[in-house]
Amino acid sequence: MADLPGGSTQLFVGLHLIHEVTSPQAFSGLRDKGLTVACPERTVATVDHIVPTTSQARPFADPLAEEMLSTLERNCAESGIVLNGIGSGRQGIVHVIAPELGLSQPGMTVACGDSHTSTHGAFGAIAFGIGTSQVRDVLASQSLAMNKLKVRRILVDGRLSAGVSAKDLVLHVIRTLGVKGGVGYAYEFAGSAIEALSMEERMTLCNMAIEGGARCGYVNPDQTTFDYLKGRPHAPSGAAWDAAVDWWRSLATDAAAEVDDEVVFDATAIAPTVTWGITPGQGLGIDECVPTLTMLDPGERPIAKEAYRYMDLQPGTPIAGVPIDVCFIGSCTNGRLSDLRAAAAVARGRHVATGVKAFVVPGSEQVARAAEAEGLDQVFSAAGFEWREPGCSMCLAMNPDRLEGRQISASSSNRNFKGRQGSASGRTLLMSPAMVVAAAVHGRVTDVRTLALHSAS
Amino acid sequence: MFAFPNGVVQRISGTALIIQGEDIDTDRIIPARFLKCVSFDALGDQVFADDRLELAGEHPFDQERFKGASILIVNGNFGCGSSREHAPQALMRWGIRAVVGVSFAEIFFGNCLALGIPCASASPDQILAIQAFVNDDAARHWTLDLEEMALASDQDRWDVTIDAGPRDMLRSGRWDATSQLLDNSSKVEGLMNRLPYLNNFATR
Repeated sequence: MADLPGGSTQLFVGLHLIHEVTSPQAFSGLRDKGLTVACPERTVATVDHIVPTTSQARPFADPLAEEMLSTLERNCAESGIVLNGIGSGRQGIVHVIAPELGLSQPGMTVACGDSHTSTHGAFGAIAFGIGTSQVRDVLASQSLAMNKLKVRRILVDGRLSAGVSAKDLVLHVIRTLGVKGGVGYAYEFAGSAIEALSMEERMTLCNMAIEGGARCGYVNPDQTTFDYLKGRPHAPSGAAWDAAVDWWRSLATDAAAEVDDEVVFDATAIAPTVTWGITPGQGLGIDECVPTLTMLDPGERPIAKEAYRYMDLQPGTPIAGVPIDVCFIGSCTNGRLSDLRAAAAVARGRHVATGVKAFVVPGSEQVARAAEAEGLDQVFSAAGFEWREPGCSMCLAMNPDRLEGRQISASSSNRNFKGRQGSASGRTLLMSPAMVVAAAVHGRVTDVRTLALHSAS
Repeated sequence: MFAFPNGVVQRISGTALIIQGEDIDTDRIIPARFLKCVSFDALGDQVFADDRLELAGEHPFDQERFKGASILIVNGNFGCGSSREHAPQALMRWGIRAVVGVSFAEIFFGNCLALGIPCASASPDQILAIQAFVNDDAARHWTLDLEEMALASDQDRWDVTIDAGPRDMLRSGRWDATSQLLDNSSKVEGLMNRLPYLNNFATR
């Protein structure tokens, strides 16, 4: 929009999303500077990180959580910002609700004080996480200072095999390129495998671009994008719809367009992928073993050593068969209806193993109600999973859902960092929702492809 | 405790401390449970809380010899993961005023910049050498000079890099971007009048 002194670019923010964790200090900062919200209609709020997933009755049992939500409510009311609160029918994880409301659209710049904002790149938007000072800047000016990114095309050809999902694909990409491989880049996901993905699968993919170090990831808009958007509350309608589709089509990068870098992957070669360590880049195909130090680049060895110790997994251990205590399905990565369907397809007619705690947290109120309408909640309950209310839950444990002590979880979330799931010594294995169910049923990491799917009754 | 950064950031002087390891994420710098707050005020005591608990007093942020340090020396991809500004806020409120490392996650770098905290880079070998010097002599006084682009003590000097844009913003005192952004508010308005998705996709 404009070049700023110092070489950065002033970027207009088309859609600003806020939640209770990273916004209160931004509103305080705004007030400290004597400023007000410039474009309240371009900011949309929800509450997700701190909400309990059992009883959501107010006031919350945790006074800090209650204070955060009431602060958000007050800030939104004073500034004229729409808050999709609990019970509104539209509450949920910010990266689940904005797409389902049709707010995230091709050609937009989307910013949110949350690193997984990269999710919205699935629509052909430039979407990235920002810090709280930048949230304040966006509230004040509907814009922010940003440095230009290079583009790396992640070209994935072929089709993913049965039992292999977008989650496996992105874990495979991060494992290959590393957690800092994407620093300085936007990841453009392209190729026949990407074109074949549904919108929700594309969201899973773009969601985890940040775990590969890329500030944002995107997929060029196509008919799949338009079909998803049509009829959603904030999508254009009538004559504007046709004009919108024309504009959106014009935004897609030409396949021959020059990019700064390109890496090619073969989708057919990707297996269900599971992390074994303490970064999302420490991934393994389900048939593989925890790597020995000699298999790793010298630069990766110190963190691998730390991971052996923290995870209590010895080099050479097959990842299949590792015992699991807790199984979590949900998060902004894999808490959408298609994720729950994929999980339910494996859970149907089976039961969670003795001693395993397993729960399913839908990504939003809309997802929850749609899943219940299909009877998925019944499938999960019959299989021994708890069916919860929407929220971020145990992805980052800013709420009552957390690991205890040295518990090890099979989780459909996005980060396996030390202490991430609420216990300073808790351990996380990242995998797809279907793989989480397979782990829950056997009480250990299991190749979901060895479990026959029961058709819906 | 010195005041938080304000205005021109040209030279940061003080003792240093080291955090070793690649890919130190923001969940480690400030665990999520401490994000349950509506102000940043209390974060200084909570920085690296879980790592410090595990090391029971031996963590660099607890060691007496590193007390009062203002320059943090780290390795690669420091600050990866979550976008939480709580991470640099916690470091700043503990007393950190500059970070020198091999590389930084982008959001973390930007969050530091927005607080007036420079993140300067040096090669992996240089960082290992600097960390060894700091470890051997924690009382050594260092200066990170953004004009000279160097980290120096009375005994040695190391070249560092920081991109021209952030460097200029720090040196000119314009690292707080809000006022610059507001200066262009008429351009924002102009753009909003042209953007298809804000104008019902009407063809012009």
